[in-house]
Amino acid sequence: MDLHLRNLSKRFGEHLAVDIPELTIRAGEFFTFVGPSGCGKSTTLNLIAGLEHPTTGTLELDGRRLNELPPHRRDVAFVFQSYALYPHRTVYQNLAFPLELARRPRAEIRRRVEEAAARLNLTPLLEKHPRHLSGGERQRVALGRALVRQPQLFLFDEPLSNLDTPLRAQMRKELRRLHQQLGTTFIYVTHDQEEALSLSDRIAVMRAGLIQQCDPPRRIYDHPANTFVASFFGSPPINYLRAALASGAGATWLRVGEQRLRVEGLAPEILAAGTVTVGIRPEHIRVGRKRLPGGWRACVTLVEQHGGQCFLELDAAGYRLTAVERAEAGYREGETVTLALTPHRLHLFGRESGQRLDATVAGGPREAPERNV
Amino acid sequence: MGSKSMIRWLAGLLLLGLMLSFTLGPFLWQVITALKPEMQLAQLPPLLPHPPTGRHFVTVLATPGFLRVALNSLVVAAASVLLAFALGIPAAYALAKLRLRGQGPLLGTLLCLSMFPPIANVAPLYLIFIALRIRDSLLAVVLAHSVFALPFAIWMLTNFFREIPDELYRAARIDGCSHLGLLRHIVLPLAAPGLLSVGLLVFIFSWNEFLYALTLTATEKARTLPVAIALFPGVHELPWGEIAAAAVLATLPVVLLVLAFQRRIISGLTTGAVKG
Repeated sequence: MDLHLRNLSKRFGEHLAVDIPELTIRAGEFFTFVGPSGCGKSTTLNLIAGLEHPTTGTLELDGRRLNELPPHRRDVAFVFQSYALYPHRTVYQNLAFPLELARRPRAEIRRRVEEAAARLNLTPLLEKHPRHLSGGERQRVALGRALVRQPQLFLFDEPLSNLDTPLRAQMRKELRRLHQQLGTTFIYVTHDQEEALSLSDRIAVMRAGLIQQCDPPRRIYDHPANTFVASFFGSPPINYLRAALASGAGATWLRVGEQRLRVEGLAPEILAAGTVTVGIRPEHIRVGRKRLPGGWRACVTLVEQHGGQCFLELDAAGYRLTAVERAEAGYREGETVTLALTPHRLHLFGRESGQRLDATVAGGPREAPERNV
Repeated sequence: MGSKSMIRWLAGLLLLGLMLSFTLGPFLWQVITALKPEMQLAQLPPLLPHPPTGRHFVTVLATPGFLRVALNSLVVAAASVLLAFALGIPAAYALAKLRLRGQGPLLGTLLCLSMFPPIANVAPLYLIFIALRIRDSLLAVVLAHSVFALPFAIWMLTNFFREIPDELYRAARIDGCSHLGLLRHIVLPLAAPGLLSVGLLVFIFSWNEFLYALTLTATEKARTLPVAIALFPGVHELPWGEIAAAAVLATLPVVLLVLAFQRRIISGLTTGAVKG
């Protein structure tokens, strides 16, 4: 029941909207396409649904070619951002519509609609019209209309982005629970990195029609394939610093601010270039009032309170960095602190390409040579 | 109330009065004429009929052929609406929701077409209908009316259909609607106020239309009310009383229709009333 995309591309005139050489979405997976608006994620979903025709390539579900099938014969259900409920039909009639069109017997329609309604707590709303429902209720009706079809694939196009924050958090949990209970493949599109990280089994990060990285959420966050992916996830966003490479004492050394770190496994052409971009997430910058091992001095320029946490804007040796600290630490603006970057949490990227460099960073200042060679 | 706002209020009232007397005045005059006894028809004063008489109405209704002509009008107007819908709805659907090449120019052309004065194509139509041997038939009048109303109908319907959100179309396609199913289950129910407005406007146009109806008909077999009223048989002079009575009778159904559907026309003309 896997979904295979092969050489799939979609052009609108000259504009290449989607180009996916190869992608397999496994049966039962919660798979998310994420990216900024215009990155091709919704177009990809429409291609899977059959609402758009691919310019090249094939779609296969469970070994069955989908390309020529109209949307309703692909055995997929679609939940739209605006919910797309039929305003002239009651909730019951909305849920029953796909089954009526499939000419199911009346008794079966009733049974399946009532089942879906019970699962989503819609039973008291069945006789109402969509205009009398709240946003959250409409969202559940839209889910219900997908549910009654018992499809092989659920497709979601930013289903939560019209809801306010508390409701969105609640619906996120409900979606995740629904996925656990049904065990059906969910394909989800969102521009919200947090939503993608919290819901998905696997995430495909898209930009300008291309998949930048396709991995489980932890992997995406901890091993971003390039600076685009690294910046897209995480709030506050990852910090970038320019760092010089130097060799001496039989090893390669990375000089970031006042820290010197040992690096291994860099390709010769990177060594020749002499500099790399270092990425470090705010939570991996250690900040202290006392001198930290290998730490360097920084000035707190801004403190932003976020309840249990606070975001610190730091000015350190000409770098502007953001760090996250517990609120109890009580840092004040104008205060001088020391900071240190956690070595194994550093991400190295090519300066020009922005691509991740496979290298290990280790060691502290004590191993550093006295002089840069 | 300050004197300034008082003046404004009076000015507004005056303007309203002027407009009312302009639009309603002639109609009122017809009603007065229809109710005046024969002797007072050309006299002023009295302004109001004294005493009012229903004789003209009786005469009109008793005129042989009048009811036939009224029925013709009804059939022609209703058939024109149906034909304009039958051709206009699919066309408007395609223009509103399919990705067509040259959509803009097509709509522009339609708009231009509906600006042509009827007099410009009445002669060719006349010749065509003679060649088709359908002159002086209801079919000829229906064809002329619906063809003339069609560009306007397509233009209006396209705009109504466009107001239905795209996601509803896409949802219905996923749920299993064909294009015809989409029309039946989604478009027509949601655009109902719009359809009603367009239908009424086409109906009223056809009901009142004079030039085609005059040119394309020759006898009571196919004649419609406006033509029949203009050609009302008089013996020595023009029967003003009867003409006025017939005109009032002909106006009534339209007025009643509009009154009955007033609310829905307004909602149709303003919004299309399809908020998801």
